[in-house]
Amino acid sequence: MKNMHNPTQTAPETASVQRRSFLRTVGAAAVTGGILTACSTADLQVSPNGARAAAPGDVITLPGGDLGILNYAFVLEQLEATFYQMVLANPYSGMTAMEMQLFQDLRNHEVTHRAFYRTALGGAGIPDLTFDFSSINFRQRTDVMEASRMFAEVGTAAYTGGGKYLTDPQNLKVAGKIVSLEARHVAIIREMEYMNQTAFSGENIVMDGLFIKMEPSEVLPKAQKYILEKIDGRNLPTAVA
Amino acid sequence: MNLQNLFNELEQVDGDFIGRMEHVSRRGLFSALTKKTVAVAAPTILASALNKAYGQGMMLPDNVVDVLNFALTLEYLEYRFYDIGNNLTMIPSQYKPAFELIRRHEELHVKLLKSVLGPKAISEPKFDFTAKGMFPDVFSNFQTFAAVSQAFEDTGVRAYKGQAPNLMNAKPILETALQIHSTEATHAARIRFLRGQKGWIPLASPSGLPPAVGAMVYKGEDNVTQKNINLAGILNGLVPLEGITEAYDEPLTKEEVLEIVKPFLT
Repeated sequence: MKNMHNPTQTAPETASVQRRSFLRTVGAAAVTGGILTACSTADLQVSPNGARAAAPGDVITLPGGDLGILNYAFVLEQLEATFYQMVLANPYSGMTAMEMQLFQDLRNHEVTHRAFYRTALGGAGIPDLTFDFSSINFRQRTDVMEASRMFAEVGTAAYTGGGKYLTDPQNLKVAGKIVSLEARHVAIIREMEYMNQTAFSGENIVMDGLFIKMEPSEVLPKAQKYILEKIDGRNLPTAVA
Repeated sequence: MNLQNLFNELEQVDGDFIGRMEHVSRRGLFSALTKKTVAVAAPTILASALNKAYGQGMMLPDNVVDVLNFALTLEYLEYRFYDIGNNLTMIPSQYKPAFELIRRHEELHVKLLKSVLGPKAISEPKFDFTAKGMFPDVFSNFQTFAAVSQAFEDTGVRAYKGQAPNLMNAKPILETALQIHSTEATHAARIRFLRGQKGWIPLASPSGLPPAVGAMVYKGEDNVTQKNINLAGILNGLVPLEGITEAYDEPLTKEEVLEIVKPFLT
């Protein structure tokens, strides 16, 4: 928080190899430990008719129309919720009280969004996905902050660009309630990284007063990197009705 | 809107623009930026495209004109507020970059909306930023200035949100409005944070605003039901109530927004 990180700095190759094998262990521990327990409790309460778990390698084809966009959002919320649960299950050393509070809040918000989609979509929703965050070193503050920021930015841009495809005003309403939260996350994560500058609404996310927007075809490949199932978005809307 | 045309038009205006933006995005963190998103985000081009699509505002549906003029009123309010504040020495130097950026964004929003509305754009009203004496030291006491800023930003987010469903018959404009909405949310979070508040709104907490003002600005923010799903029930014991309410920013109706803004209009 005191120093500005150099965003272009890359870890030496050896470090990234170590990081990968470390993360595989952490990831496994997290899955067998507290995280899965928390998830399965939620599943029981959220989907009494049984949330199906997907298996790595499965192809999950998103439907078209509003249902497609809602499931697309559900993919992103599952990703974010799982990520923050892992951040809290494996806190990097030296995590300040303020940072801990931030990650707890982010976890609370994303878990709430995920539970909403799971319930709202019910049997029309995609199954619970399997995530692989082994490319992120949860022991490194910088890695965790960068990943948090990237997820929040992509989430905001995805909702900002996806809203126009919704045809039911009720769906647009809920998406509108969530997108500004994602944008608030972007601002605060950036502020904690680059304090008292203009990063909170900086020129690479807000261009000339407009937050960037992304199409599903731009977003899904970014999310896919962390998902072991294959998400097929070919049926998602690409033109406004 | 034809993206390729926009892109071509942009390169004609500024041949090096794309190159520069790519550098920015690499240096920054958001590698997601493509030439296409850059081109579409450029507001001059965007305004001209929206303008063409809607015949200088003359072909805009009436409901859209109403929404955009309502939005323009709020943007005028915000822009004028920061423009006056910008010249004041009371803003601590560490916060100046933030307020200057926000001022610039509001200025761009005003220009964009005016350009889309064409001759149908309302002119700027006269403002009383003391809100009829409620904030007498708004331009001499930074704490008051920041509090009013927070009220404007959180209200702005909620106002755009409330109008989004009214723009569904003009999708290119809806998309642009959503981009402004997300931008306002980054402002709101930043201002809340510098005032020692969370970047998001817990329950319907007045968030450090005078109770009477806070009650209006955050009315209904304690809602836990989305699309008839009671999230407090589903997440009982998993997420604290505060977190559930923070997770959703609630909309305000036009009437609710005007009630907040009214004291600032002369």
